[in-house]
Parts: sequence; C-alpha cells; structure tokens
Amino acid sequence: MNRRLFLTQAAAVSAAPLLTAADKPSGLVDCNLHLGPHPTRALPEIDEAFLAKRDITEAWAGSFEALLHRDMGAVNERLVKRCAASSRLSAVGSVNPRLPAWQTDLRLCAEKHRMPMIRLYPNHHGYTVADDVFAQLLTEATKLKLRVQIVAQLEDQRTQSPLMQVPPVDLKPLAEAMKKVPESRVMVLNANASMITTALRGCTNVWLDIAMIEGVAGVENLLTSWPADKLCFGSHAPFFYWESAALKMQESVLTEDQQNGIRLGNARALLG
Amino acid sequence: MRIWDLHCHLSGVAGLTPEERLGSLIKYADRVGIERLCVYMGMKWAQDPSADDLGKQNDDVLRALEKHKDRAFGFVYLSAKHVERSLSELERCVTNGPMVGVKLWVAQRCNDPMIDPIIKRAAELKAVIFQHTWFKTTANYAGESTPDDLVALAKRFPEVPIICGHTGGTWELGIRAIREQKNLFADLAGSDPTWGITEMAVRELGADRIIYGSDSGGRSFASQLAKVHGAQISDADKQKIFCDNLRNMMLPILKAKGIQA
Repeated sequence: MNRRLFLTQAAAVSAAPLLTAADKPSGLVDCNLHLGPHPTRALPEIDEAFLAKRDITEAWAGSFEALLHRDMGAVNERLVKRCAASSRLSAVGSVNPRLPAWQTDLRLCAEKHRMPMIRLYPNHHGYTVADDVFAQLLTEATKLKLRVQIVAQLEDQRTQSPLMQVPPVDLKPLAEAMKKVPESRVMVLNANASMITTALRGCTNVWLDIAMIEGVAGVENLLTSWPADKLCFGSHAPFFYWESAALKMQESVLTEDQQNGIRLGNARALLG
Repeated sequence: MRIWDLHCHLSGVAGLTPEERLGSLIKYADRVGIERLCVYMGMKWAQDPSADDLGKQNDDVLRALEKHKDRAFGFVYLSAKHVERSLSELERCVTNGPMVGVKLWVAQRCNDPMIDPIIKRAAELKAVIFQHTWFKTTANYAGESTPDDLVALAKRFPEVPIICGHTGGTWELGIRAIREQKNLFADLAGSDPTWGITEMAVRELGADRIIYGSDSGGRSFASQLAKVHGAQISDADKQKIFCDNLRNMMLPILKAKGIQA
C-alpha cells in the first residue's frame, strides 16, 4: 500500500463516524416526516427511539393516511394521537380542498389541534396550485396563521405502482398564487433541483427542504442559486432512509451559519 | 469501513476536462469516506452511440484515469449494436489499457444474443461486467434492458458474474427477477433512497450478491450511501456491500494487471 492510498483509507475511516460527530450544531428540526401506514410499503415507525438516536429535536410529521383517506378529520385526530407519543413530534395535519366542508378540517387544525402548519398533496387530491380552490385554501390558512407545506412529489414516477401514478406538482403557478396572499408562508417539500431552478425561481416567502436535492454536493450547489435562509433539513423518512439527508449535509461544505440555518434556524424562522 | 463505489460518471459534475471532473468527484467522495470510484462513459453521453462515439467516450475515461489511477477504476463503454468495434475497444482499453470492467447501457436489450461475443471476451479477461437495467412504470426506452432480459443473458453464461445495474430501479421487482440466477449481482445505485431496498436484497439474495454504487455525479453520494448506512443489517454485511463483494469480483483482473487495492 502506498502512502497516498493509506492516507485516503485513513480519511475514509475517519469520515465514517461523522454522522454522529459531537461537534455538529445542537438541535435539529426535521421538517419532512410521515407517520402511519403507507399505501404500498411497510415502513419503520418514527418513534421516540428513532428520533432520539438521530438527535432530532423537533420532527414535523404528516400522515400517510392523508393521501387517500376521505375522512380527513379522523386522519388528523389519529396523527395527533401518534405524535403524543414523543415530545419531539409535531403534528402537521392535512386538508384536501376537494372534499366538501374542507374549511372545517382547516379550522380544527388551527383551533382544536393548535397546529402551526398544514400539509397539502395537490396531485394526490386532484387540484393544481393555479386552481381557485388552492387560492381559497391559502387565503383561509393564512388568516388562521397556518403555514402551508406543499408536497411536490412523494416518489419517483418510474417506480410508482401502476395503479397509483401521481406526477410531480406543477409549481410554476405558485409565485402568482402567493402574490395574491402576500402574508402567506409556504414550504415546498421534496422539490428537486430542476423544479427549484425553473418553477420556483423568484418565489419569496418559500422555504424548501433537502430531501430530494440530488447530485454531488447538492446542498452546496443549491445555495449558489437559492437563499440560504430559506432551506431546511427534511429527510422524507421513513419513505427515504433518514441517513440520506444527514449525509447530504456532510457531502457539502457549508459555513457554520449555513449549517445552523438549515438544521434549525430557518425552520424556526418559518414558524416565527 | 472501506467503501468502493461501483457506479460513477463524468457527467453532472463541474470541470472542463475529464480529469477535472474526476478530480471533483474524488473531492466529494473524500467528504463521505469513499476510497475508490469506478468510472464509465464520457463527457457527452449518447444512449445509442455510434462506433466512434464509443471510442471518444472511452478516450475521456482513459484521460481521467491517467491522472487519478490511484483512486479510480475505469470500465469500457460498449454496445451490442457495434460488436466489432466493442471487441476492439475491449482490447484497447482492457487488454492493453488500464480499464478493468465493461459498461453496457441502453442501446440494445441484453437478451439479444448479438451481445454474446462481448460477454464471452469480457469473461475471458475477467473484466467486471455491468449491465444497466430498469423496470420503469412509465415504460423503458426501446433498447433498455429489464432484469428479466438480464436473466436471459445470464442463463447463457452461468459461470460469468454479471452486475444488474440499478437492481432494476423498481427494486421490489428487480430483486425478485434475479433471485434464482445466482451469477447475477445487484447494484444499489441510481434510484431514490427508498427504505427497504437493502434489507430486501439481503433477505432475498444474500449480502454476498449486493454491491454499493452511487450513479454520481447526477446522484449524490449521500443518498446512495444511505441505502447501506441506514439499512437494518449487520455491520459485516454492510462491509461486504460497501467494498468486499466488488473487490473480490475485481481482484483477478487487478492482480493480472499488477494493481494493488
């Protein structure tokens, strides 16, 4: 073994434990988790042990049941009960504006469950962000001080069940929709680099997560074109291995401010 | 853990020259503990390359390897649509050059016996053989192989180890398709890091038949490493998947070329 190879291997060995390194900033908000049964996969439960092992201090969790269930009030009730199992879990209820009386679900999220935000699945629920019903929902949610998470996609179209094919959300009309509700605060989950550089360019008051940011050094590269104070840690666990998002932070060279913002501060600012 | 990456490209990464791009890949690989990269295909991809395209793309990889041969291995890009040129590229890049493997992509489905002379010669050279595969819900390209196609090929060469690229993408199907064909190995690269891929592969194929790869630079190393780091399997199995299985497959040709790794 030559010296250079030895040094390389030594570096590899020393890099591996970085996932649990003690010198990373304290506190981690994972803004993109789901609980409950997934329609096509048996996935591990996100519980206190899962969160504690990964030093996740705050976990914003939606419900997989929201994708297909129509009794959304019951879905959100069960989500709140599941989240009661850990003080780290924060329930993010869902509203489907194609359901009759969706306004009741929205109000319950805000007033009964005291949720800080809701999570929307436009393409699973059959509407676009250009539709009037989305504008109504955004307006009503903003009046209730609810932040709005929009799930751009959940799974690569190429691997989806042929009986449940859902394309990514067309985000191009989002900027226009948000102009009509200037106080609205929106986080787009699972956007990829292509969506960000085309459809979301020019959007203000939009936060993103890193779960589907791909390419080598993807986070570092994204920050050359997206504001550092609008990017948050999101794992899309348990559908994705949680370690994917954690390792993305390691693969990119980030300043301390950027690290702190993505891990904690930017998510807090969204709520603030 | 030692980590070798089976599946890297010179696309999707910054750099004006092949050696700059491979240098960038190595820089990022160092951040996440990857020791060696297998690299194939050049600066400008072609799904159905002409014979001359194959030569140009292999030239790019040869040029990149020249500067980074202590960190990277090269696979020669071949196509069953150009058998004669593919065989001459094999001689140029593997027999008489530094490359140690073969990459077959989407020009021609691999169940077609046209590919057989390439497989036969690659096996004689002990070159690692990698065939891209997908089972796409949204439909494959005309020349894109499925894992079923690869099983048909593997049955004609039962003694030759062949890697099933991407494990068919839709991995629940890919793993099942290749399970009984024991000379096929599963490449974990290039699909989303969906939970369960590695657990199912270990359960159905055994850890000895699974190989870590990333499909970088279009993919992050991170998302693909997570499939192994995050899997609920033993550390011993992780080590096999991260390095040992590929290294064992590669050792005969490395020894023949006098390469220590």
